[in-house]
Amino acid sequence: MPQPQPAHPPILAARGLHFARNETAVFGPLDLSVEAGEALLVQGENGSGKTTLLRVLAGLLQADAGVIEWNGVPAARIDPLLRASAATYLGHLAALKADLTARENLEFLCGLHGQRSTQTIDGAMATVGLGGLQDSLARQLSAGQKKRLSLARLWLSPAPLWLLDEPYANLDLGGIDLVNRMVQAHLRDGGAALVTTHGAYAAPPVRTRLLTLGGNA
Amino acid sequence: MMLSAAKALAIRDLRLLWKRRGDSLQPALFALLVIVLFALALGSDSATLAKVSSAVLWVAVLLSGLLALDSLFRSDAEDGSLEQWMLAPVPLAWLVLVRTLTHWATTALPLIVCTPLLAELLQLPHAQLPMLLGSLLLGTPLLSLLGAVVAALTVGMRRSGILVALLALPLYVPVLVFGAGSVAADAQGLDGSGGLLWLAAGLVMALVLAPLTAAAAIRIALS
Repeated sequence: MPQPQPAHPPILAARGLHFARNETAVFGPLDLSVEAGEALLVQGENGSGKTTLLRVLAGLLQADAGVIEWNGVPAARIDPLLRASAATYLGHLAALKADLTARENLEFLCGLHGQRSTQTIDGAMATVGLGGLQDSLARQLSAGQKKRLSLARLWLSPAPLWLLDEPYANLDLGGIDLVNRMVQAHLRDGGAALVTTHGAYAAPPVRTRLLTLGGNA
Repeated sequence: MMLSAAKALAIRDLRLLWKRRGDSLQPALFALLVIVLFALALGSDSATLAKVSSAVLWVAVLLSGLLALDSLFRSDAEDGSLEQWMLAPVPLAWLVLVRTLTHWATTALPLIVCTPLLAELLQLPHAQLPMLLGSLLLGTPLLSLLGAVVAALTVGMRRSGILVALLALPLYVPVLVFGAGSVAADAQGLDGSGGLLWLAAGLVMALVLAPLTAAAAIRIALS
């Protein structure tokens, strides 16, 4: 007998999620859920499993136990390709080709993941403060500018859920503010975001849930 | 969606190839080097050269393919591109197939186009040229697909170097045997089409199975 579902199930929910590497627990078991218009801030010290959690949720790693649900449907019963189009992942590796220009990089990533019909590459690059750098090679960009280029990719992505791993790393104050504004706009459009950070200094001013990972203990 | 992703990937690979055209010429130059050295070493004896020329061409093409193998997925694994491939709303096996075929078209195909000239250098009898080209056209994509599985298996290692060659060579030997064998049979006046049919059958199987295997290997290597 299936449980009665609420009118709007959370975009992403996990129950009893647990992950271990070589029999040592990295995190969990933990429960979480993110609804549309909501951000989940995952906090924790270095090595507390924030990145691993995000990789498990993105589907790059397999959890050892627990259930992940997308819009109320267990992940195991969803077509993996459908699930892939529900979330976009911004990790530590930027997936930028050093020998291609900023525009060529974005063209490829948009071709791979799809592109929001309301956005253009030029518009997204202007949004993240890289206007005029479209034809610069990615290798010539600074670490912060590369991060901004990844944010432009995020901005172009049609996925409703953003999985952001340390989005504030390498960014200046203006960049941190930019991330917060982007998350705010994304949530206003009915999206959701999962943001990891090791400090509370940069919490975006939106409806936020907090999840604290407490080391390996 | 699948077609637009394939197009984006193929365009990206061609752009990268153009920007690093020095690097991408290396496998072809290597094959050329092997062939020229053979021609010089046996130059005075054109009868011997004609006898071994098809085998030399096959080995040169195979070795240059082996040299290019490590570049198939390595840089994409290092900069996080493979992660994004895995998260894309298209099957990973499809992207692997597109990448492998683009790789074949940019490493092996130029060599095949040059083969008539290289064959001239090695005194290959003209009658054998069609059979040689046919066997290369069927055999080299098979080599690339088998190589993609090996490259995917070793993508998690920092330095795979000779390991790739050691793993790939046993898989390459049957292709070499049928490929060079069909030309040799043709040279003796026998029917060489049997080897070609084996290559074609292998290619059809590899087109389906190799991308699936390589995709599974990538998932394991990156987890």
